[in-house]
Amino acid sequence: MEIGLSHYLSVAAILFTLGVIGIFLNRKNVIIILMSIELMLLAVNINLVAFSAFLDNLQGQIFALMILTVAAGEAAIGLAIVVTYFRNRGSIAVEDINMMKG
Amino acid sequence: MLTALFFYLFAGLAVISAIMVIGAKNPVHAVLFLILAFFNVAGLFLLLGAEFLALVLLIVYVGAVAVLFLFVVMMLDVDFAELKSGFLSYLPVGLIVGGILLAEIIMAAGAWVLNPALSKLEKNTAINANITNTEAFGRVLYTDHLYYFEAAGLLLLVAMIGAIILTLRSREGVKRQDIAKQVGRRPADSIEVVKVETGQGI
Repeated sequence: MEIGLSHYLSVAAILFTLGVIGIFLNRKNVIIILMSIELMLLAVNINLVAFSAFLDNLQGQIFALMILTVAAGEAAIGLAIVVTYFRNRGSIAVEDINMMKG
Repeated sequence: MLTALFFYLFAGLAVISAIMVIGAKNPVHAVLFLILAFFNVAGLFLLLGAEFLALVLLIVYVGAVAVLFLFVVMMLDVDFAELKSGFLSYLPVGLIVGGILLAEIIMAAGAWVLNPALSKLEKNTAINANITNTEAFGRVLYTDHLYYFEAAGLLLLVAMIGAIILTLRSREGVKRQDIAKQVGRRPADSIEVVKVETGQGI
């Protein structure tokens, strides 16, 4: 059975949906939410690389590299914010993060 | 045939480990399943012929991002069981939203067909089978997309500086060598000549 573009797109869609569900299920835990965002970015990367391979165009892989860069920076900054917040408040529960509320 | 077998192996394991990421009780286990998901997606990239990106994915995600998550999870003294409460009450709405999203994506992708003219477009970024994927990638990245590459480097620099500034703190009561203070010290500031009378203290 031939593996086509739609197979890869389906895997990416399932992974993206799992990321969205993960945000809903773990809405108290910032770390799991960050991990869910990583899953969604991974799904988008699968889409880009699959299109790159099936359209015979390397630009998709360049885009995937850019997403990789953004994901790495986002994880670093997000975790730094979590660590700083934990130092100040002793908790990382999402409902406690309201210090900037007017 | 073998390709299909490996595709289903990698795809299935990736989906299962993604489910475990969002469902695991222990966040350390969630991070480890995230690493497993990255490995399987790297396998999918290999099947697609993107060898360079597959290995970069492993280096960047498994080597840096996932280990960073692991450090943070282990470093923070948080009661994760308490954070896990409410998981089941959020399950129905999460599944409903996820199901709607998945159905929409599948409907959109199912009704969509690739324009056959698209793959015949004149382009200088076509995948060349005669050179390795890494070489082809470099030839495109460092020529047509040089500015994007530079911008990505700048982004990483900003992220690095931001993360350092956010987590750096100056502790009180730590004795450190202050070279400027040492060099700037003068005899007049530190030595005092006192005339002491015989038989008396100061």
